[in-house]
Amino acid sequence: MNLAESFRIAIRALAANKVRSALTMLGVIIGVAAVILLVSIGTGVQTQVTGSIEGLGSNLLFVFPGDYGGSGGGGGPGGPGMSIRKQFNLDDAQSLQVRLGTDAIVVPVIQGQTSLKHGSKDWRTSISAGNESGMEVFSATLAKGRFYNRAEVVSGRRVILIGATVRDQLFPGQDPVGRVVAVDGQPFTIIGYFEAMGGSFSGDQDNTVYMPVTTAQQLLGSKDISSIIIKAVNADNVELLKVRVQQALKPKFKDQFTVFTQQQTLGLLSTLLGTLTAMLAGLASISLLVGGIGIMNIMLVSVSERTREIGIRKAVGARTYDILSQFVIEAIVLSVLGGMAGIIVGAGGAMALKPWVPAEVSPWAVVLAFFFSAAVGVFFGVYPAYRASRLDPIEALRYE
Amino acid sequence: MSEGQPASELEPVDAAHGPACAIDAVLSARNVSKCYILDEVMVNALRGVDLEVCRGEMLAIMGPSGSGKSTLMHIVGLLDHPTSGVVEVDGEDVSGMEPNQLASVRNKRIGFVFQSFNLLARTTAQANVELPLIYAGVSGSERARRAKEALERVGLGNRLTHMPNQLSGGQQQRVAIARALVTEPSIVLADEPTGNLDSRSGIEVMSILQGLNDAGITVVIVTHDARVARHAQRVVHIQDGRVVLNECVENRILASAEEAKLERDELTEDDLGGLSVNARVGA
Repeated sequence: MNLAESFRIAIRALAANKVRSALTMLGVIIGVAAVILLVSIGTGVQTQVTGSIEGLGSNLLFVFPGDYGGSGGGGGPGGPGMSIRKQFNLDDAQSLQVRLGTDAIVVPVIQGQTSLKHGSKDWRTSISAGNESGMEVFSATLAKGRFYNRAEVVSGRRVILIGATVRDQLFPGQDPVGRVVAVDGQPFTIIGYFEAMGGSFSGDQDNTVYMPVTTAQQLLGSKDISSIIIKAVNADNVELLKVRVQQALKPKFKDQFTVFTQQQTLGLLSTLLGTLTAMLAGLASISLLVGGIGIMNIMLVSVSERTREIGIRKAVGARTYDILSQFVIEAIVLSVLGGMAGIIVGAGGAMALKPWVPAEVSPWAVVLAFFFSAAVGVFFGVYPAYRASRLDPIEALRYE
Repeated sequence: MSEGQPASELEPVDAAHGPACAIDAVLSARNVSKCYILDEVMVNALRGVDLEVCRGEMLAIMGPSGSGKSTLMHIVGLLDHPTSGVVEVDGEDVSGMEPNQLASVRNKRIGFVFQSFNLLARTTAQANVELPLIYAGVSGSERARRAKEALERVGLGNRLTHMPNQLSGGQQQRVAIARALVTEPSIVLADEPTGNLDSRSGIEVMSILQGLNDAGITVVIVTHDARVARHAQRVVHIQDGRVVLNECVENRILASAEEAKLERDELTEDDLGGLSVNARVGA
């Protein structure tokens, strides 16, 4: 008996038990779909995050208060509220700008939370505040209006630019430029708004308002700033600039500050998200494993249920190999069909989620899931098949 | 074979040893014993049985339930292994054969008919009959041709695509006979072939088996029913795992005559008593 014949027998046997076959496949379908979907989302997020950081240009330095253990230690940009001994203030940023001169643009940054009110509507949002050079380091693109200028920064004027989400919430379908909005109870004039950037791993980037750093200090009642972002005028000087920043801050802050280059941040995030993706894939693989065990269960049940059939086949001349291949092929057909359906469901699901979640169907996930499901079929099919093939013909025939 | 042909051409034979076959033996078992342990009790199913099945004969192995007749059939049919003794098929000793070689011998030389039909469920009559040919490595078109031929031979040429559950018991047993025939085996072994059938279907099945034997196929029937055994030319009686009697059948029952009688009875709506059939044929 050849392989094609074994295939035909297997297909016929599966078709004879359609519901059972479908239910068995369901385990594999869910497993494969979960692997593909989760890996797709993982890779999608990774690409988006690294892309958005790369979009800033490769010439940024981020200076945070506190010691994050040099380059390695983990931890990313933190907001205020972390246990840090010494915060930066505007003078630190100013003196850095003086030290670095025209080689760099230094932007003191404050990040915080506040609530906006317009008419009867309240809205919570985050603040990103900088100086007049803020546009150099913030990744947002101005849709209409203008950024705040030096005079407004110096005098701490209550001017504000809003992100796309804020605009949608408070001024749906209207032009907010020139309107007044209450920020923490104080009136601010809107001078511009930004284009939508889409979601990210850290939440909605568009739910942000931008104001001069001095204004933010008044609003939050603090002389501290969250961090300092430095843009190198010449991208080749980033590493040199890093050393100069460290030298400049050392006398005052000792080791209690950390300078990240964008490359470091990128590398850190990439590793983090890569690990996350692998973890998701691992979790999804568990469901694939469970699906495989489902196949083994069904094949074992199928073997004992069809003991008589095996006896009949052996009586009319089936060899050990014929029975073995019949059951192995049944298991493989189940898992491969399930795998293909899972790929369709998983990839389709990833496509369908695209408007809301960054998802990228990666070919390697598809290939991996497919071969994994085939392997599951072989692995979990062999044992029941082996048992079936070893049955004594007369024992099998007597089986009730 | 027509009604009235004398069945007494065979001489009565010695009870302990079967007749030595004049030409050659299809199957022979020499001093075959079988013990197995059932619920921790040792059962001696066969205790030194000698059996020869001559080419072209129709033999019945008869005995009460538990006599070991089915075990004997399973052993000579290579479905089971003897504890001791020698089994030869077409003169070839099968004792040392691997399971796969035994499968090949069963496939090519032996056809089985079981009491409970043993057809594959949800599988058409034709596919059931093709089954041995699949394992014999016969190509698809050739298989279909031979399966159709075998089904026509048992009168089921118009039931090729029926599933077993769409067929009557008698028809299912005829499919099983077609499956046994399709490989053109040396011998057909039938274990209580009429056991699950009503008397009418039983007669049909016996008629087919006799017809096959007339066409030259060696047939062995295992039964507890003396009436069924009387369809054969020779009966080997088994009791407690031993051959106790080996006799030629006088006044052999011819199933074709019984069928004709049944048809007549149906026309006159007579009672189908087994006794009247028996009496008529025996007369």
